[in-house]
Amino acid sequence: MSLFSNTAVLLGKELRTEFRSRELLTTTVVFILVVVVLFSFTFDASSAESRRFAASLLWLAFLFAASLMLQPCFLREQSNDTLSALRLSVKDPFAIFAAKLSANTLFLLLTELLMLPVFSVLFNVPVFPVFGQLVVVLFLGSLGVSIAGTALSAISAQARMRELLLPLLLLPLLTPVLVASTRVTLALLDAEPYMEWKGIGFLIVFDVVFLTALWLFGEYLLEE
Amino acid sequence: MKKHALASAVVFLLLGAAAYGALFVAPTEKTMGTIQRIFYLHVSSAWTGLTAFFICFLANLLYVWRREPRWDWLAVSAAEVGLVFTTVVLVTGPIWAHPVWGIWWTWDARLTSTFVLWLVYISYLLLRTLVEEPDRRALFSALFGIFAFIDVPLVFGSIRWWRTQHPQPVVMGGSGSGLEPTMWYVLLFSWGAMLSLMALLVRARFEFEAVRGETELVRREAEGA
Repeated sequence: MSLFSNTAVLLGKELRTEFRSRELLTTTVVFILVVVVLFSFTFDASSAESRRFAASLLWLAFLFAASLMLQPCFLREQSNDTLSALRLSVKDPFAIFAAKLSANTLFLLLTELLMLPVFSVLFNVPVFPVFGQLVVVLFLGSLGVSIAGTALSAISAQARMRELLLPLLLLPLLTPVLVASTRVTLALLDAEPYMEWKGIGFLIVFDVVFLTALWLFGEYLLEE
Repeated sequence: MKKHALASAVVFLLLGAAAYGALFVAPTEKTMGTIQRIFYLHVSSAWTGLTAFFICFLANLLYVWRREPRWDWLAVSAAEVGLVFTTVVLVTGPIWAHPVWGIWWTWDARLTSTFVLWLVYISYLLLRTLVEEPDRRALFSALFGIFAFIDVPLVFGSIRWWRTQHPQPVVMGGSGSGLEPTMWYVLLFSWGAMLSLMALLVRARFEFEAVRGETELVRREAEGA
């Protein structure tokens, strides 16, 4: 039970830190916007073309944004050495990860939901008829990105060149998430939308596998 | 020193025999012709590369568990050697594919996951160069190695389900696939030869890493770090 209550308290702390400044959210939204606009210059966004490419562009933009957004996750604990304080304050170190990855999932999901209407307008793809299903994919995808990303940002925070290192470590590992979420999104943006359940199942498997790995090995990531 | 020379000689004899087997003993494949003989180099390198990455994964686990530097040394040696074999796979693949499929590259499950695997282990080695303190470097790279290896089947599965446009695997594929017995023997012999080469390289690299690790330790102590 202490795991849940610890996680809840730490999650509150993560959310308070972010919503006090809203730096991370604002920057990420603007970043995605820039990427999406740049994408739109690279091909003719007629609706037939968009249907084929929109899902991939959307997920690539989210993935790049996530690899930047996850950067400060452990880094900002370093300036005042608050990580040691966190470690002392919880019984199970997994609570620190659980809180951070929940916060990251939430932030990612929030930016994605903000960007979805913009994307729909710019690329002429109707997202509202399948909004509910899209939220499910976005949630499962963002959860996967956050689990792997939170773990790896604990690693990259300890290295030199960390700004470049995190995307380098993270993006190849996220190949399965990218492939599966793009496939599901592609099916949902089809002229006759359908749910690709195989993809949803696959994302759940990815999330469970990485969550288990993080649960098993997370405490070593926090060692001094 | 003598032991090394002997081991190297044996490995080179094995490799020579494997090359002879692939070029002269194995029958010529009916539709692909002579080019198919690259198969013995290609597949045996692929399996050897995977074996090396598996050794790296085990060494990573052992390091996290036991915290003995030698597991870290083994992990980095296996990762580097595995990367070399995977590079051979990625080079021989297109050479084989171009005359047979008419293209250099296709985004098929095995090709793509091998490519992702290659990228992941390059990141692994890169990560090692970017963490200064030896214990920390060993621990964090071991953890990254573990996450990376867990990811491999997922990468393979995702691409196999959604992106494959490629004929059935010949070895251990579905029904209708299979190899002529002589081809099997030659392939297994080539794999054995490649494994012995891998063992030789990993061992040499391990010894080098051990010396490097100990020198680093002495240097850091001298500097008072």
